[in-house]
Amino acid sequence: MRSKLYILLASMLVLILIMTACAPAAETEEPVAPGGRLQLIKDRGKLICGVNQELPGFGFINPDGEFEGFDVDFCKALAAAIFGDATKVEYRPLVAAERLPALQTGEIDVLIRNTTWTLTRDTANELDWAAVNFYDGQGMMVRVDSGWETLDDMAGATICTTTGTTTEMNLSDAFRALNVEFTPLLFESTQDTNTAYETGRCDGETSDKSQLAALRSAMANPEDHVILDVTMSKEPLGPLTAHGDNQWNDVVRWVTWGMMEAEETGVNSQNVDEMFNSNNPTIRRLLGVEGEMGASLGLPNDFMVNVLKQVGNYEEVYMRHLGPEGINIPRGPNLLWSEGGLLYPMAWR
Amino acid sequence: MSRGAEAAERRSAVPFWRDERVLKLLGQILFITLVILVAAWMLSNYRKRGLTFSFGFLDEEASFDLAEGLPFSPTDSYARAFLIGVVNTLRVAGLGIVFATLLGLIAGIARLSGNWLVNRIASVYIEIIRNTPLLVQLFFLYFAVILNLPGLQEAIMLSGPIYLSNRGFAFPALRPTSSFGSWWPFLVAALIGALVLLILRRRTVPSTGRPAFNLLWVGVPLIAFPAIGWQFMRGQPLILDPPELVTMSGGVMRIEGGTIFSPEFMALLLGLVIYTGAFIAEVVRAGIQAVDKGQTEAARAQGFTQGQILRLIVLPQALRVIIPPLISQYLNLTKNSSLALGIGFLDLYAVSSTMLNQSGRVVEVFLMIMASYLSMSLTISMIMNIVNRRIQIVER
Repeated sequence: MRSKLYILLASMLVLILIMTACAPAAETEEPVAPGGRLQLIKDRGKLICGVNQELPGFGFINPDGEFEGFDVDFCKALAAAIFGDATKVEYRPLVAAERLPALQTGEIDVLIRNTTWTLTRDTANELDWAAVNFYDGQGMMVRVDSGWETLDDMAGATICTTTGTTTEMNLSDAFRALNVEFTPLLFESTQDTNTAYETGRCDGETSDKSQLAALRSAMANPEDHVILDVTMSKEPLGPLTAHGDNQWNDVVRWVTWGMMEAEETGVNSQNVDEMFNSNNPTIRRLLGVEGEMGASLGLPNDFMVNVLKQVGNYEEVYMRHLGPEGINIPRGPNLLWSEGGLLYPMAWR
Repeated sequence: MSRGAEAAERRSAVPFWRDERVLKLLGQILFITLVILVAAWMLSNYRKRGLTFSFGFLDEEASFDLAEGLPFSPTDSYARAFLIGVVNTLRVAGLGIVFATLLGLIAGIARLSGNWLVNRIASVYIEIIRNTPLLVQLFFLYFAVILNLPGLQEAIMLSGPIYLSNRGFAFPALRPTSSFGSWWPFLVAALIGALVLLILRRRTVPSTGRPAFNLLWVGVPLIAFPAIGWQFMRGQPLILDPPELVTMSGGVMRIEGGTIFSPEFMALLLGLVIYTGAFIAEVVRAGIQAVDKGQTEAARAQGFTQGQILRLIVLPQALRVIIPPLISQYLNLTKNSSLALGIGFLDLYAVSSTMLNQSGRVVEVFLMIMASYLSMSLTISMIMNIVNRRIQIVER
């Protein structure tokens, strides 16, 4: 009996020694497989894109059972750039709380799910934003009959929001700065937050203004609710990838900027074929007629042609989902820099 | 032949690769190797992604608000936020266990009742609740029932005052005042007095075999001591703090003072009690049916009433069968409380999900969650196992 125990202990000790000898070796291993994420996506034959599934305008499932929205179109654009086929996307609907771990663990290739770019997320969560595709700000929706106009009026109010978002912290900061007391109420899904607000459990609902506009448009009586003229925070939203794979991050970044560049130079899905004959050197480089822009990203040189033909430029995507025919959010800061907005794609050369 | 020699002969007869003892040992070594290999593989994956492991974030400022349970401000630490989650879970699990046991006991006995109506009501309750998912019941209770209660403006008001609305269930609270400090020794005296009487009462009078005095006498010190103390105090040591409806700007109302059970807390507590109660009812029914019919018949022959039979003969014996499955129902209730996330109650899991999102410490936070649930479950098991040991038949 005794000797058995000793053998057991001794063998465990040997094993532990072997393990500890192995562990440092594992540490020095290459963090990313050769070829990186881009090669992995090409080998797989489809892009895995993390999206929202319950936010009208940005990412939701339409009556035909397909993913649709502003963010979803950026997934399609990436697939068009890589494969020349915008349909080669597998969508992963994610709730706010699970979206970052999904990217960290490599379960998805890219997250395009109205995710705010913050310092902590960029560093502590080991993520890399590629670009900003929508400039948003946190707002507050209240009932019209409350007569409230500013956050100061809302002393003692109960405010609903979704957990796992920056919204939660901005809300605390905003009210702390004003020294106004309030009661937060957190839900896991946007839909539940909205239901709780609509049934009167909360006096106010806070989220990004674009999101509030989308939610309000789907309410039974949208005219009973008003989005206050208050902006609690900057919310730069955009696509992001896992930390440490710069090549893949560059692809996401330049496809996003390419769509803005196309709007700036007036190229869209309708006129892209004519534009091949354009004399404008920027357009010639954008469409791959000149230069090796695509090849340096690991993509075909004419990758933007596929993006523009199958998805369209930034303006077309915006108008399709967020314009007057969609959920109707004024472009505001999401106009091109040349038109007074904040969209400023870096130089395409 | 001596025993040692016999063993020595067997050892020499069987080669080691067919020796059962050696094979068992090898099996164990193989298993442990596998476990260590899997753990090392997971660890190396973790490092490959450049993730580090540290609980340092617990001291950092949380900078989010929590509005359920103990007071919390955004400047408090992550550790305090986690504590609030733990306390909220304990609160709902503790109350849930008490009420689910009561409901289960009543429903279980009712299901065996000879009264057709009582019997059927209990059956319908148990079958519907046991055969639908808890999450669906919780969503139904919260979104369809509790959130559809009237708003504060038209709150249901009972005397007390007690308010019931979609902002919660508010009732008067007992709050200690400054003179409570000199009053509580009387409370301790009352408890000690009652305890002494209880012990004295265990000495039965030999001639009758009955306790020396009625159980009601125990109540005397419990009431007398605090009352005497109350007389000597300047001011009241405890005051009743009734909830009050306050109108804010914009005609919006809120409740101040009193104790408020938030709608989320009510929905979760009710949901867990109703759900677990149905399972406990079945456990109770099985326990009662396990008691031999002869016991009931013999008791009836001796002139016991129906109530006495249940209380003195059947239940004490049924308890021996009931307790072990009851433990797993208590554990289920505690673990099921993590469904709170869906209905906005800030339990351990909901707070943690906010924490891991804001801090990015997924592995650390999940380890903390698992350790918390594990220690809660083991504590419940330990207590119930002690109870179980005490009620088993002691054979001499």
